[in-house]
Amino acid sequence: MAPHVDQLTRPAVRIAGLTRNFGARRVLDGLDLDIRPGEFVALLGHSGSGKSTLLRAIAGLDHGVAGSGELTAPDRVSMVFQDSRLLPWRRILENVVLGAQGADARQRGRSALAEVGLAGRERAWPNELSGGEAQRAALARSLVWDPELLLADEPFGALDALTRTRMHTLLRELCERHQPAVLLVTHDVDEAIVLADRALVLRDGRVGLDIAIDLPHPRSYRDGHLGEYREQLLAALGVVEDVTTAGKGTEA
Amino acid sequence: MTDTVSASPIARARPGPATLIRRRKRRLGPGRRIPYGRLLGPLLVLVLWLAASGAGTLDPRIIPAPWTVVHTADHLWSTGTLPTDVLTSLRRAAIGFGIGLVGGVAFALAAGLSRIGEALIDGTVQVKRAIPSLGLIPLFILWLGIGESFKVAIIALGVFVPIYINTYAALSGIDSRYVELAEVVRLGRWAFVRQVVIPGALPGFFVGLRLGVTGSWLSLVVLEQINATSGLGYMMFQAQNYGQTDIIVVGLLIYGIFGFVSDALVRLIERRVLAWRRTLTN
Repeated sequence: MAPHVDQLTRPAVRIAGLTRNFGARRVLDGLDLDIRPGEFVALLGHSGSGKSTLLRAIAGLDHGVAGSGELTAPDRVSMVFQDSRLLPWRRILENVVLGAQGADARQRGRSALAEVGLAGRERAWPNELSGGEAQRAALARSLVWDPELLLADEPFGALDALTRTRMHTLLRELCERHQPAVLLVTHDVDEAIVLADRALVLRDGRVGLDIAIDLPHPRSYRDGHLGEYREQLLAALGVVEDVTTAGKGTEA
Repeated sequence: MTDTVSASPIARARPGPATLIRRRKRRLGPGRRIPYGRLLGPLLVLVLWLAASGAGTLDPRIIPAPWTVVHTADHLWSTGTLPTDVLTSLRRAAIGFGIGLVGGVAFALAAGLSRIGEALIDGTVQVKRAIPSLGLIPLFILWLGIGESFKVAIIALGVFVPIYINTYAALSGIDSRYVELAEVVRLGRWAFVRQVVIPGALPGFFVGLRLGVTGSWLSLVVLEQINATSGLGYMMFQAQNYGQTDIIVVGLLIYGIFGFVSDALVRLIERRVLAWRRTLTN
């Protein structure tokens, strides 16, 4: 079910007129975007369309990148990368609580690991984990912060299809329990539809398409309703889905 | 495209000869570690030496027989100056190594962690690196006299350079993705250095450490053969004057054992500290 956010007035993320340039190339060009608390937003776009640039701007990682605009993000922001980015020289629990403050940090780390199904692996080295396990540990690391906003940069891109489906279920569960706002960058249109409350397509440095995905959870890839959303998103991405009807693509 | 599970009845239906499937050995890795394998090579050399001397093919004036060497060592140890010589050599190597180690690490940290440090230190050390430490001996004798301090200084320099070079390279080569991660989890500068930079640079440091340990023995041999009145090198230098090959071999063997043991010690520490690494060797 979609989270009840009506009563919350302030958006979790507010972006107005955001511009980012790399040299002469304008990657983000006056982008506006609001994300409500607890809202799960998927961000699609071609390679080089500025998805990661936007994510890094929100995370405050784009030092020295020229640009302007207004950007408000919550205090507690977590990020999950495409690679698990676990420090190979720290055991899993130490990785999960990296940077976490407070006497209960380790306890929070343990319960986060338990939530992602890695209880008992606290003392393992990152080298010993499979790709899926490592990415679950990375999710646990982001949970420790009790984030108001979770940024995810193609977190499942490097996983095999079966593991990816499991991770989708896990991510959805975690989000429903912890209710962070989520901005998920993905290449995969189906992944966006299955996971998100709202899907954006980035084009020419702005939000080119912004649709709500109004389907009950849990969703399946086999769900027939996925089709119409898929068509809308693919059209916005400029992809003609069916090769045999490619000639008729212009009539849309 | 969403169907990820697919049985393959075609493959199963195809008739084929029932072959015995053996687990294949890992082909590309070097295989299992031989316990104490590193001793095998030296032991083989020893056996060859014994055999050749026993068969009388080795002229004792060129290389004395192993039992002569053992006898000489025993004699030197109980009646001669061998214990003092060994202790003197060990002390020189240890002090020089200690200073070089501390200096190398301190300079590498200063150069690796700050731009000013990098600007001031790195170029200077690269210049120093081009000058062989042993070439500095005459100058150091003039500055520090022909006593202990110049020997220790030369050894320290010989240790300093490899430790600095490798540690600095490792420090400045930290993956920028980890820097990004540290920013996301809001590590402070000190926590970043302690949890990310230093552990990440340890493998490079250990490469430098092993080179440094070997380097300290190398400098020692040269120093003691030219400019000393005690120590193993001095003992060997004296023996050369009297044609006592057995004493020279005793000295060489002790250097060899020291080098081997210190390297093994560093390896042991390295394996403990870098337990997170799984490489071809284990």
